[in-house]
Amino acid sequence: MQINLTVNGKARASEVEDRTLLVYYLREQLGLTGAHVACDTSSCGACTVHVDGVAVKSCTLLAAQADGCQVTTIEGLASGNDLHPLQQGFKECHGLQCGFCTPGMIMTAADLLNTNPHPSETEIRVALEGNICRCTGYHNIVKAIQWAAEHQAVPA
Amino acid sequence: MITYPFQYKRADSVADAVAMLGEGGKALSGGHSLIPSMKLRLNAPDTLVDVGRIAELKTITVDGNDLVIGAGATHGQIASSSVVKQHVPMFAEGAAHIGDPSVRNRGTIGGSLAHADPSADWPAMVLAADATIVVQGANGSRSIAASDFFTGLFSTALEDDELITAIRVSSQADAKMTYQKFAQPASRYALVGCAVVKSADGSVRVAFSGVSDTPFRDSAAESQLNGGASSANAASGQSIMSDHFATEEYRRHLANVYLKRALAAVA
Ligand SMILES: Cc1cc2nc3c(=O)[nH]c(=O)nc-3n(C[C@H](O)[C@H](O)[C@H](O)COP(=O)(O)OP(=O)(O)OC[C@H]3O[C@@H](n4cnc5c(N)ncnc54)[C@H](O)[C@@H]3O)c2cc1C
Ligand code: FES
Ligand code: FES
Repeated sequence: MQINLTVNGKARASEVEDRTLLVYYLREQLGLTGAHVACDTSSCGACTVHVDGVAVKSCTLLAAQADGCQVTTIEGLASGNDLHPLQQGFKECHGLQCGFCTPGMIMTAADLLNTNPHPSETEIRVALEGNICRCTGYHNIVKAIQWAAEHQAVPA
Repeated sequence: MITYPFQYKRADSVADAVAMLGEGGKALSGGHSLIPSMKLRLNAPDTLVDVGRIAELKTITVDGNDLVIGAGATHGQIASSSVVKQHVPMFAEGAAHIGDPSVRNRGTIGGSLAHADPSADWPAMVLAADATIVVQGANGSRSIAASDFFTGLFSTALEDDELITAIRVSSQADAKMTYQKFAQPASRYALVGCAVVKSADGSVRVAFSGVSDTPFRDSAAESQLNGGASSANAASGQSIMSDHFATEEYRRHLANVYLKRALAAVA
């Protein structure tokens, strides 16, 4: 079937199988390999992207369900050479070890900061319930998100 | 993992969806139970009917004395809804603890009820709130009491060609209510979930998820409590599930602990 959507600001018209999952469409058809497949069973959050501004597990969504939507992946967060505050925060606070979980962590955190620009530590930890870091670097991930919350340009 | 092939269709209205279900399609709402089961190849529908864009299924409104939640309302939408918090606060409280934020962004109340996972949270809540499930089929609309809806493991009173359109529940702003669960640490599903509603006149309704293969109103506990007892035995006379997460004995123990906690919360 034909889908028309916007991915990281770019309009895309693609032919997909009805059963194509969004994550495989992004990775294999568009070459956007930032969203990772780890558990493939909806549990780890490594595949998190935004669809119409909210975080979703792209291994648990059909590409067809994103037809007509705005999709943002980790590749779409930075503006040019300027890292997004979350990306900068992960760099500053050593928020990643192997980095496999990082795109999902950042996309989940970006959704959190969109709705709650100044979350408490507890709110950050609750928001990350669906994101697993196999390197178990949670403390620094939380610090990285706190760093981003302090350094983001919050719209008035 | 990839599902078996199927045909994807999108319904634009309830009427459209009902017609497509009548042709043998299976409803796809948030997809957060159906797609994982299709990826595991436990489920292989030929046709999916995406009902996720039907605007009329997504509204949360007040109709007279009733709160009416569209079947397509997401857990997240319900958790943050001010009308839900005002009229049936337990629904907002319970919805906020389903899965994780991404699951709550996609998963819907209608999908959860139709799926009837024994460990899902909504069943205990709709049972204790004495809600009604409103469904639409080729022959029109009918209302099913929550207490008649769950018929067994992953089984409901829903016909194959029927769509849940709404959950209707009378406003219980003057009642005390709570949903307490012991969340399975990995998935957050209810190992045991206990919903208690205490009406203004002091009478209580008690329901459990996670305990038996069918969610149930605990009428034995209710009659002890409504007969004046201050505590009750949970789940007496019920067959209790046993699996690699929790033995029967442990589940029964947790049911008693969570009933006690829930009763304390509405005291
Ligand atoms: C990681 C993870 C954690 C989770 N944790 C929890 C948890 O803690 N507690 C909990 O309760 N649930 C949990 N869930 C399940 C989640 O709440 C699902 O979203 C929900 O069970 C199904 O809703 P859905 O909208 O995604 O339905 P779908 O997956 O789209 O559909 C499920 C079933 O319902 C049918 N259906 C859907 N909509 C309708 C309708 N309107 N009328 C008739 N039939 C319909 C479908 O045909 C299908 O059979 C979890 C899921 C995941 C992936
Ligand atoms: S790969 Fe999607 S949640 Fe783990
Ligand atoms: S940094 Fe290795 S999985 Fe999180």
